[in-house]
Amino acid sequence: MADTMQFDLVSPERSLASLQATEVMLPGAEGDMTVLPDHAPVITTLRPGVVKVSGPEGEADFVVTGGFVEITSEGVSVLAEQAHAGNEVKKADLESAYTFAREQAEKASDEDKSAAEKLVADFAQLLEDME
Amino acid sequence: MPNLKDLKNRIESVKNTRKITKAMQMVAAAKLRRAQDAAEEGRPYTARMNAVLGGLAASVGGSDSAPKLLAGSGSDQVHLLIVMTGERGLCGGFNSSIVRMARAKAQELTVAGKTVKMITVGKKGRDQLKREYGDVMVNHVDLTGIKRIGYANAHEIARDVLGRFDDGEFDVATIFYNTFVNVAVQDPTEQQIIPASFETTDDDAGTVYDYEPGEDEILKDLLPRGVATQIFSALLENGASEQGARMSAMDNATRNAGEMIDKLTIEFNRSRQAIITNELIEIISGAEAL
Repeated sequence: MADTMQFDLVSPERSLASLQATEVMLPGAEGDMTVLPDHAPVITTLRPGVVKVSGPEGEADFVVTGGFVEITSEGVSVLAEQAHAGNEVKKADLESAYTFAREQAEKASDEDKSAAEKLVADFAQLLEDME
Repeated sequence: MPNLKDLKNRIESVKNTRKITKAMQMVAAAKLRRAQDAAEEGRPYTARMNAVLGGLAASVGGSDSAPKLLAGSGSDQVHLLIVMTGERGLCGGFNSSIVRMARAKAQELTVAGKTVKMITVGKKGRDQLKREYGDVMVNHVDLTGIKRIGYANAHEIARDVLGRFDDGEFDVATIFYNTFVNVAVQDPTEQQIIPASFETTDDDAGTVYDYEPGEDEILKDLLPRGVATQIFSALLENGASEQGARMSAMDNATRNAGEMIDKLTIEFNRSRQAIITNELIEIISGAEAL
């Protein structure tokens, strides 16, 4: 079994990280998950939260506002709509996405209501954790 | 005989024009590099997004439960054309080639009895289309004040377009923009974004993914993002194309100005020589008359 896997974090504007990792913690839509090398192929969506990467070069945190992740046996690629390195993220950066989520929740139809409200709750949790 | 002073003024003014076009060319070259970098950086995301969406669309696409964004609204009566042009002129045929393409498409649709609606991105496109299609323009996106196009801009456009789709305002959306091939060549491109169409690649058919939550939920979540991503990459391509077009247009202008200066200088020298010769003849013939 391989010791490490490739970890990529890309946003539409640029590639934020590309490094070797031994362990990646992801805020999956269905709950947090930790990925180790040689994982079964999975595609899952992300909720707003923190992606934690540990590798031979140390640990790194990234705050994402959503997106999805593609896991293969070789590596993990996170495609985040908006992502920031954990140590330089400011609350203001997330504010617009949070506002949008709240607007969406207000006008969502009954069918989508719970999903939209969950998104708002996830955002609130993330902002609270950052304090 | 042209007045010497007039000629001199002409040469001066063409020289000034050459300075301006030269400066514009250099500015465009610098901006082009930045725009190209931006387009380059965005490519991995777009490629990955399209691959995943393509795979998902292929497996869910046929079923009845496919989301409207993928399957369409069941009709193709109302078409929305999103025309992306630049905010500024002086860039050769860049703006007009997109407008021409959009206009042709609009005419074709009108002839076929469809309804056309338009959203313009960039001032130049709006100005050129306003007279003919002013009454079917539903929105205009102004990017004048924005130096560097970010994903947020694309997201805003996508949000507006998706909102209108949800309200049933249109059935099919197509974007028009210029694909950047190289500095000299930009390809006007039309791309249908709603209902979404993906080039299905068979390359990654080998990997069978687990989807969490289900395929349908993921697809529903990803399709709007896919639309935003396509708009974003179109904006970036367009940005690079605009600078490329401006660069080559200004390069041409600079060269033309150079040629013109050469021609005018020769004319100036000839006229001056003719005046001198005339004066000499007058002096000599005056002296002979004595």
